Amino acid sequence: MKINIQKYFYGDFGVEDSAGINDLKSTTTKETAWPLWEIFIRSKQGLDHKHAGSLHAADAAMAIENARDVYTRRQEGVSLWVVESKHIHASNPDDAAAMYEPANDKVYRHPTFYDIPDEVGHM
Amino acid sequence: MEQLINYILQLADSNLILTQRNAAWCGHGPILEQDIAITNITLDLIGQSRNFYQYAAKLINESTDTKVTEDSLAYLRTEREFKNLLLTEQENGDWAQTIVRQFFYSVYQYFLYEKMQHSRDEQLAGIAAKSLKEVTYHVTWSGEWVIRLGDGTAESKERIEKAIIELWPYTGEMFLPEAYEISMVSAGIAPDITLLKNEWYKKVTDIFEEATISLPKDGFMQTGGKNGVHTEKLGYILSDLQYLQRTYPNATW
Amino acid sequence: MQLHDLEKAFQDKIDNEIKIEPKDWMPDAYRKTNVRQISQHAHSEIVGMLPEGNWISRAPSLKRKAILIAKVQDEAGHGLYLYSAAETLGTGRDQMIDDLHSGKAKYSSIFNYPTLTWADMGAVGWLVDGAAILNQVMLCRTSYGPYARANVRICKEESFHQRQGFESLMVLSNGTAEQKAMCQDAIDRWWWPSLMMFGPKDSESTNNDQSMKWKIKRKTNDELRQQFIDMAVQQVKVLGMTLPDADLKWNEERGHYDFGEINWDEFWNVVKGNGQCNKQRLEARKNAHTEGAWVREAATAYANKKAAKQLRKVA
Repeated sequence: MKINIQKYFYGDFGVEDSAGINDLKSTTTKETAWPLWEIFIRSKQGLDHKHAGSLHAADAAMAIENARDVYTRRQEGVSLWVVESKHIHASNPDDAAAMYEPANDKVYRHPTFYDIPDEVGHM
Repeated sequence: MEQLINYILQLADSNLILTQRNAAWCGHGPILEQDIAITNITLDLIGQSRNFYQYAAKLINESTDTKVTEDSLAYLRTEREFKNLLLTEQENGDWAQTIVRQFFYSVYQYFLYEKMQHSRDEQLAGIAAKSLKEVTYHVTWSGEWVIRLGDGTAESKERIEKAIIELWPYTGEMFLPEAYEISMVSAGIAPDITLLKNEWYKKVTDIFEEATISLPKDGFMQTGGKNGVHTEKLGYILSDLQYLQRTYPNATW
Repeated sequence: MQLHDLEKAFQDKIDNEIKIEPKDWMPDAYRKTNVRQISQHAHSEIVGMLPEGNWISRAPSLKRKAILIAKVQDEAGHGLYLYSAAETLGTGRDQMIDDLHSGKAKYSSIFNYPTLTWADMGAVGWLVDGAAILNQVMLCRTSYGPYARANVRICKEESFHQRQGFESLMVLSNGTAEQKAMCQDAIDRWWWPSLMMFGPKDSESTNNDQSMKWKIKRKTNDELRQQFIDMAVQQVKVLGMTLPDADLKWNEERGHYDFGEINWDEFWNVVKGNGQCNKQRLEARKNAHTEGAWVREAATAYANKKAAKQLRKVA
């Protein structure tokens, strides 16, 4: 018997019926599920908050506590921001060319564009 | 010295027994985030218990010519030697019962440590100051859950009210000092727990009010834990806890 | 853009080692494969908490207890990072959990083996986490950005897991005769199942190509398995223990250790649900979820009440 195997990573044995997600329409979360929050962590004073991941919480207070419990177990942070994922608006990757490429040829915005004699010192 | 050691062991035992209880949630919590949250509290509690056991072991070894360790204190004492509060050995029950147990205990610990950080005993003061930060979070976390469950759904309200009735009789013991505690108070080492009662009561009342639930009427209070007279539940906890140390005496792990 | 143009642009990115991000165009099959793979990885972390959680109450010292609690908790964290990564592809966590509970989604079969003695905590840490780490290190470079980043975070935390396992076996191997026997027994029981964790032989895998081409997976099952064996052979010497394979032998020509035949019947039996703990593990997860339903509902109800109150205040 030839076994049809789809092996992608450990734990995935790709059993006959492709064991997993067949129906991508079932993607929305149920009404009763806690909403998703995005977590931003300031790792130390003086640095920006940086996106760390996401988690579920019933409300903002809980989201902050969950973020503390989940994402700062190893002293990863001194400050947290949480924002409900649905409130994040993102630029469209299809517009990337129009959005970001025009900056490519503005080399004169960078300090290395200018030659200054060494004797001027650090500038 | 014996009084001081008993006093420290009582603090250590309560933390360890509640560790043993709370740890049973690890892998079985109502949602992943809260599984992680309660386990963080569990880790704080075992850390506190180890600090107290290590200190007790040091005092015992200095005053008698023995060699006890944090582990021999935790693993080789019997049911009648454990001094933990009865509250901490009560069953996990549902999430409501675990939350109420944690809330009652954390509020008590908060006021206890707040005073203890000024103890004349520097080691105890140090442990208390460190633990106070942890416990402050435990009070917030468990208090918020009391509010959510109390003011959540009809079912959650019913469950938390049941849990409160179940656990209330074990709260009185926290404020009734045993002989060894009284002597530590007069030595300026231990806070007077009889004085914590009002603060504890006020905090609990405030949170319950926000949770739209009421405090039970003061009824009969169970006691004995701090003197080694426990509920039947403790024996089972210890047989789990101590199984390997008892089966393989003198082994190192 | 035509579909085949999109597909070409997509493949170009992958070939140029540019990560795919959630809002980028991607072929349906790539999305599905990732959702399936990441969620199964997540399920493995969560179900993987159970065999080790089994020994928390009986850990033989306070230090070991604290380590074990922290380790099992880390696995919850890892599951969470992975569910988050999968959610960026548009499938909610509750959907993934439903699929786990219905048996539609799988998790690593290794966790259907029982943890019988304390030494199993060491053997699981050393061998099972060791095998998992090799996969996860590879997956730090997987082509889907959120999955790669989740693995980076996991790998940072995971090396503690393997080290604590090995160290706890070292203590046993230096202990009493009973402890030594316990240690060897655990290695004997966990060795073959950990080799099976890497999945079927490459020669029997029909669908490896596509996921290699998409750089979801970057090494084959056999490559990873061999890497694992070569490392373990050295490490077991430090323990003064043996691996239960009479055919283990250095092969000068290959530059690797040869090893004996894996019992694939056992493997497929456990995958199909005949492992000793398949039923028990899934029941435990389902139970936690069902018993937790009223808790989650209460928190939602309270959050809604509070939000409504807030609104009234503003109005």
